[in-house]
Amino acid sequence: MLSSPKERPRFPQQLLPSAVPRRFPRTIPPGEKHLCLPESQSLRAAEALCVLHHPHAAFLSTLPQDIRNTVGNIPMEWYQDFPHIGYDLEGKKIYKPIRNKDELDKFLEKMENPDYWRTVQDKMTGADIKLTDEQVDLVHRLQKGQFGDVHFDPYEPAIDFFSHEVMIHPVTNRPADKRSFIPSLIEKEKVSKLVHAIKMGWIKPRKPKEDTPTYYDLWAHEDPNSILGRHKMHVPAPKMKLPGHEESYNPPPEYLPSEEEKLAWEQQEPAERKLNFVPRQYRCLRAVPAYSRFIHERFERCLDLYLCPRQRKMRVNVDPEDLIPKLPKPRDLQPFPTTQALVYRGHSSLVRCLSICPGGQWLVSGSDDCTVRFWEVSTARCMKTLPLAGVVKSISWNPNPTICLVAIAVEQSVLLVNPSLGDKLLYGATDQLLESYVAPEEERVQPVQWVAATTEEHGKGIRLVVQHSRPVKQVTWHGKGDYFASVLADNSNMQVLIHQTSKRWSQNPFRKSKGLVQCVLFHPIRPYFFVATQRYVRVYNLLKQELTKKLMTNCKWVSSMAIHPGGDNIICGSYDSKLAWFDLDLSTRPYQLLRHHKKALRSVAFHKHYPLFASGSDDGSVIVCHGMVYNDLLQNPLLVPVKVLKGHALTWDLGVLDVLFHPTQPWVFSSGADGTVRLFT
Amino acid sequence: MQGGLHLPPSSPWKRALSLPFSALQVFVRKLRKAYGKSEWSTVERLKDNKPSYKLDHIVKERYPTFIDALRDLDDALSMCFLFSTFPRTGKCHVQIIQLCRRLSVEFLNYVIASRSLRKVFLSIKGIYYQAEVLGQPITWITPYAFAHDHPTDVDYRVMATFTEFYTTLLGFVNFRLYHSLNLLYPPKIEGQSEVELKPTEGEAYAMDSESYLEKLSALSASLARVVAPTPEDDVEMDEFPVEGETAEQMDARKKEQEVLEKQKKLFEGLRFFLNREVPREPLAFIIRCFGGQVSWDKSLCIGATYDVSDPSITHQIVDRPRLEQQVVGRYYLQPQWVFDSVNAKLCLPVADYFPGVLLPPHLSPFVTEQEGDYIPPEKLKLLAMQRGENAGEESEEEEEEEEEDDNDDDDEEEEEEEDDSEKEEETKLKKMEEQKTQSKALPVKVTAGKVRLEDKQRLEQEQQSEEKRLAIMMMKKREKYLYKKIMFGKKRKVREANKLAEKRKAHDTAIKEEKKKNKKARRA
Repeated sequence: MLSSPKERPRFPQQLLPSAVPRRFPRTIPPGEKHLCLPESQSLRAAEALCVLHHPHAAFLSTLPQDIRNTVGNIPMEWYQDFPHIGYDLEGKKIYKPIRNKDELDKFLEKMENPDYWRTVQDKMTGADIKLTDEQVDLVHRLQKGQFGDVHFDPYEPAIDFFSHEVMIHPVTNRPADKRSFIPSLIEKEKVSKLVHAIKMGWIKPRKPKEDTPTYYDLWAHEDPNSILGRHKMHVPAPKMKLPGHEESYNPPPEYLPSEEEKLAWEQQEPAERKLNFVPRQYRCLRAVPAYSRFIHERFERCLDLYLCPRQRKMRVNVDPEDLIPKLPKPRDLQPFPTTQALVYRGHSSLVRCLSICPGGQWLVSGSDDCTVRFWEVSTARCMKTLPLAGVVKSISWNPNPTICLVAIAVEQSVLLVNPSLGDKLLYGATDQLLESYVAPEEERVQPVQWVAATTEEHGKGIRLVVQHSRPVKQVTWHGKGDYFASVLADNSNMQVLIHQTSKRWSQNPFRKSKGLVQCVLFHPIRPYFFVATQRYVRVYNLLKQELTKKLMTNCKWVSSMAIHPGGDNIICGSYDSKLAWFDLDLSTRPYQLLRHHKKALRSVAFHKHYPLFASGSDDGSVIVCHGMVYNDLLQNPLLVPVKVLKGHALTWDLGVLDVLFHPTQPWVFSSGADGTVRLFT
Repeated sequence: MQGGLHLPPSSPWKRALSLPFSALQVFVRKLRKAYGKSEWSTVERLKDNKPSYKLDHIVKERYPTFIDALRDLDDALSMCFLFSTFPRTGKCHVQIIQLCRRLSVEFLNYVIASRSLRKVFLSIKGIYYQAEVLGQPITWITPYAFAHDHPTDVDYRVMATFTEFYTTLLGFVNFRLYHSLNLLYPPKIEGQSEVELKPTEGEAYAMDSESYLEKLSALSASLARVVAPTPEDDVEMDEFPVEGETAEQMDARKKEQEVLEKQKKLFEGLRFFLNREVPREPLAFIIRCFGGQVSWDKSLCIGATYDVSDPSITHQIVDRPRLEQQVVGRYYLQPQWVFDSVNAKLCLPVADYFPGVLLPPHLSPFVTEQEGDYIPPEKLKLLAMQRGENAGEESEEEEEEEEEDDNDDDDEEEEEEEDDSEKEEETKLKKMEEQKTQSKALPVKVTAGKVRLEDKQRLEQEQQSEEKRLAIMMMKKREKYLYKKIMFGKKRKVREANKLAEKRKAHDTAIKEEKKKNKKARRA
């Protein structure tokens, strides 16, 4: 129920509009309505009255007591032009006063009439009314903003109508409502909602304040083995790098970057920079400014910590010396060529090919200046010069010591030349052997033409000319000295031809081309024939006429090939600066790939007796290696580089073009693009 | 989101926090709904029941042992020190900043109490400190005391998340560390009872609630202990000969220990006064860590213990070019002296650090030069000084005496050393050249033979190098790659060291020439 209000409003009646009309009749008696005040004041007072109580003017005029003028509440200007001012109760005109007061009259009255200040003209009747003392007092009070009633005390103490004290009588005599006897449905609904919410756990009771301290001894019972699952492989965060001297505010002068270094630093990508700041020097601590990227660095550290996956990296902590393989010392593997002994000068262009007589006394070299020169090995003297029709591509001395014959590949033909050097009996016998040829009765179809040399050519030493249909790339003798093979620059199946000198007969062993043939080789002992194409070396059995093996060289382009005198090992040089050693018994893949040279390999060679092989390359060096092949099949060959021989000058980006071992001595010859042949002993 | 925790989806913490985190999300959703419906009572109720989460278990999980936690304290400290310098407006919650400040000050106080500071370094990024706590080196960096220029491309929420974790970690670590020293954990300043904690001078300085922390952060008072320390507490370690350890190692370790003890008492008995232009906190911290007494102007900070006019002051740290009045009987030094002395583990001669003097370079104590690395000459001088050789000092004195002497002994010595190494290199190079020329072309002309003395040693060396080269040729591809990489790194290191040495030489000669010029000008 309502409780009694503690504070009563001060002016309750003023708030009620109905109270106003009740008051005024009391304050202004009906007969004394018209005021007449001295002009200056009265006008203002009247205006104030009008302003203050204008809304009340209407009911003032409609009061039943005011019966003198019956025109009602109209603007009196309407009667301005009439002599009368209205009508009285009997309907007679009320006339205006006959004489209007002019200024003079007004002034005189003002001066003479002591009550002028309290005289007010009634506009309705035009009569002057003198205000009584009470009325003047009322006006003054209203002007001051006080209540009209003198006896009304606005500040009387408030009496609490409703108080905390229980009254014996009810405030109202109204009977109690029914709803005050029955429980409220709305409240019940609300309570049940709350109960439901509590039951459902939507509203939780206030949690008791936790009184455990924020910090305590967390590691009181530490157990290093209690690492939980996801931290088992925990990699602790790497610590940040500690600052070096260059980060000091006053570093030693050598750590300060020069202008160029600063510029270079600015142009680098931020990620590539070695230092993430520019070292600077300040005279004193006072001058050091704030580091503008401090927050950045901390932030980046945070990112590193949670975004960078961590992994354990096996740090390579090897002594580089340990990586170098332990090899037998070259000193223990002597003999091998170590120094340059002789230079054979005479050719004016690059010397493409070399060959040596089986006795080791004479050397022959073919060059791009279209000559073939014969040299004496021990003196470097040019014994003979043989001018030819074209560039000499390949040259090969007959390995049979009883025959003195050199095969020279020039353009489309292979010339068989008797150099007429050395033992007269020997080269005479060779000539006889060639002349003893008797042509067979029936002509056989041959891929080439065998032509005997003309007398002019014969004078030069040329005995036979084998004319091919294509330019000849290579020529090589079989170990016995009767057969030789030539390689043609052709794409067809006619790339390799095998010739027999004694019968002047040639044949094409292959029916099908298997790729561009680079070089061919006869096996020194057995009837095998090696054909190197760009990427493979094929081994054919000449007797059975079948392919026995196909060796993968793992190179891009094979340039040259040499066979170990034992016949079980092959080396292949390639233009991608690799040297592949094959053990034919072991596998078709290289036993070892040596990457000694920096540029393309041009030629490789084996020594006949010593366990040596050499390779010549475009980088101008000849590398001599020790290549020991053991008779024991279980032991792998031992390859040790023993010497790098340098001497040839690079010409047109070409260095060494051919290498060749002396048949008996541990010497190596090399021919270079600089037009010289060098002997290393 | 209010008080929302920003975690990236891949964060490992997310899983551990997922339950309270989802509760937090629900809370925020409910609160927003209640606000939208203007249900103020619901808002009140929700706020009362705001879900909270704790990171204790994560700290424990991440760092199963206390040592693990110490090992990872670097980032936590750096972050807390950074956050405690943030302005109290805007970037993050004030509570976090206050907490960071409190924890970092507590840690500093611990370091003072345990005297575990080892190295300090003034870098251009900030000040690095390294303390050794329970054998673990802990390094942290504090920024210089300037207002931050807050970058826009930094996600402060990520940093705040990290800080939240770090404050938890640091709080627990502090608790444990304080207890290991028998200190009260919420630290109390010694010699003041609870009543006295309301200082009269502090009232003018800060509010009651803050003056305590301020006083603590002044770092001038020592902390109250649970048990009063007795001199017997510091029992000397018994020495047990460990097997497999030679006497030399023992001696070395003993020596190290002695040096450490000496370093801990570096500033004992010295009274410092910090001028107002000097960064107060780092210097007060460092000086107190090494047993010195320190004070400052009363108006600068709370906790000043004595005045400028105190006659017992031995060192006054000054960072201005000139001083108007100087008191006799004390050294006026630049702040770098304190830092360099701490790093050198001895009180350095003061002459180089007078106000207005060009300071010697400030070297990083974190660099340990290995063989082949470049060592700046200042470091060499310092090492000599540590070894007890007075050569450096003497020469300096000489230098002072004969000011116009161009070549001071030091420099000469160093240069000689450098020269020696260079000479060796040069001879090597020459040898190589000779080898090359020999192999190139033999002189064709036959001249009267000179008996050439064959240097056997050289020949042998040559042979060995060739053998090595040949052996390298035979390396396998992968090993060769590795070998080349290692050798490249080595060569680059040498090159860099040479470059630095060269630069230094050029700089020194330039300075010498300038000196000469000045001398000539003076004479003329």
